[in-house]
Amino acid sequence: MTTLTAEHPAATPSSRQSHVLADAVTMLRRNLLHIVRYPGLTIFVIGGPVVFLLLFVFVLGGTLGAGLPGVDPAAGREAYLAYVMPGILAVTIAGTGGGAATTVSMDMTEGITARFRTMAISRAAVLAGHVLGNTLQAILAVVIVLGVGLLVGFRPSAGPGEWLAAFGIVALISFAVSWISVALGMNAKSVETASNLPTLLVLLPFLGSGFVPTGSMPQWMQWFAEYQPFTPVVETLRGLLLGTPLGWSPALAIGWSVVITVVGYAWSLAIYERKSIR
Amino acid sequence: MTTPAIDVRGLRKSYGDKVVLDGVDLSVRAGTVTALLGPNGAGKTTTVHILSTLLRPDGGTASVNGSDVVRDPDGARASIGLTGQFSAVDGLLTGEENLLLMARLRHLGAKRAKIRTAELLEQFELTDAARKPLATYSGGMKRRLDLAMTLVSTPSVIFLDEPTTGLDPRSRHTMWDIVRGLVADGTTVLLTTQQLEEADELAHRIAVLDGGRIVAEGTPDELKRLVPGGHIRVRFGNAPALDAAARLLDGSDADEAGLTLTVPSDGGVGALRTVLDRLDAAHLEVDDLSIHTPDLDDVFFALTGKKERSSRIDTKGTES
Repeated sequence: MTTLTAEHPAATPSSRQSHVLADAVTMLRRNLLHIVRYPGLTIFVIGGPVVFLLLFVFVLGGTLGAGLPGVDPAAGREAYLAYVMPGILAVTIAGTGGGAATTVSMDMTEGITARFRTMAISRAAVLAGHVLGNTLQAILAVVIVLGVGLLVGFRPSAGPGEWLAAFGIVALISFAVSWISVALGMNAKSVETASNLPTLLVLLPFLGSGFVPTGSMPQWMQWFAEYQPFTPVVETLRGLLLGTPLGWSPALAIGWSVVITVVGYAWSLAIYERKSIR
Repeated sequence: MTTPAIDVRGLRKSYGDKVVLDGVDLSVRAGTVTALLGPNGAGKTTTVHILSTLLRPDGGTASVNGSDVVRDPDGARASIGLTGQFSAVDGLLTGEENLLLMARLRHLGAKRAKIRTAELLEQFELTDAARKPLATYSGGMKRRLDLAMTLVSTPSVIFLDEPTTGLDPRSRHTMWDIVRGLVADGTTVLLTTQQLEEADELAHRIAVLDGGRIVAEGTPDELKRLVPGGHIRVRFGNAPALDAAARLLDGSDADEAGLTLTVPSDGGVGALRTVLDRLDAAHLEVDDLSIHTPDLDDVFFALTGKKERSSRIDTKGTES
């Protein structure tokens, strides 16, 4: 019998560990390349919130702003622009979840995912590529939407420290939304379902303090509005950018982000093992 | 004895009530090609998926290069490559980017990744299309790229799951040449196919899988010998001649309507000469004569319990 001439030394556990990071970077590059090659999704993810912003400020803003507590009805539109901006940013972040779920779901139906599984690549690295790609996309989207906000007259009072903290919160909640969206996308039976699922995420900021003060809602909805994840995020961004009282909001926002990240990570990893075969 | 490159023992897999693999045993020697031949639903792809760590078996063991696919999947993954029925390429990247992606995931290092990518593009005749998006690739080109991606790290064991399904004859032959080249370089190949011709062309050994079990295993020649059915068919001009010949030749079977006589034979020249000499001596004139040697089609139909040979469309000419 012939012996094999090719040597294939099995990777040691430590060298496998060190490959996780390298593999995650490789997968991230792949996902960023996808974003460049398939810009439709990004444009949609950024365009949607911009339309929302303009709609809420220029169509609804005058009336909604006049109803805000302690606002001079004549200056309603400017007041509402300031009020709604953090909510619009939350919608922007939530909206990128749809993109992530779609991309992941598309990937799962392609043979390439099965190929990755036959290779000695860390499962976490494959998923992290999607998550990091989407987090970067979400941050980019937030920056652009914020830019449009500044163009139409949003004037935050934040100093450098507040800006940095706001950026941190945006990155953190984007990361969390990305993980849960990756899990949702992987769990979906089809790409169509995957692209619809995170629509629920986009609704969340509406059912909180993003667009109107929760005090104006019916009692039962107030309860939900105050405790759901996006309210502390919106309140934190509002506090950092506009100087409203922060209270426990930053702690709650960070707590929610960590919980969502952990759940999304564990869930998506479990599904990845089970489902990535066609 | 060296350990076999692929070693499968008592492999079982069911989906609910449906038993897909019912105790598969298979051993593939390093540096050889084994074809897993069987009809749709026989369990070929399931076997390959278990061997390539995509699926967990319900029972039995499977190892590749000594690494158990369940207990040490990363060990097995280090030496395998899979090219499946469905193309495992990234449709949004170019051919070159796909290969570079694989090279990075195999940790080749930037310089070697570039060299290896260029080599494979050249070898698989994809250099001209290297920077083009995959949407512009033909089916054959995609399949070649798919295999090239599998080969980036020169795996020592390659699984090819119906590698030529859906390819035109030219692409199919190109694929065959590539597989022969791999084997010449010492790669072990496990190939699944429904095409007997493909198994006959490429494989050193053939395992026939049916209903989740290996029903026969051996070299193509050994398998052909398993199946009786080699014969000489002689046609006569009239019934009296047919009757006379039938009396003359032992064990022959006369078909009155077609005026043909079927004489069992091993297909050799000696047997043929004997038959013709006897007919000559009796002054019986032969209108037409054909020799039928058993081929893998016979083996396949005899072993997989599907006897309706006449219902086949693509009858490969073995009668001359």
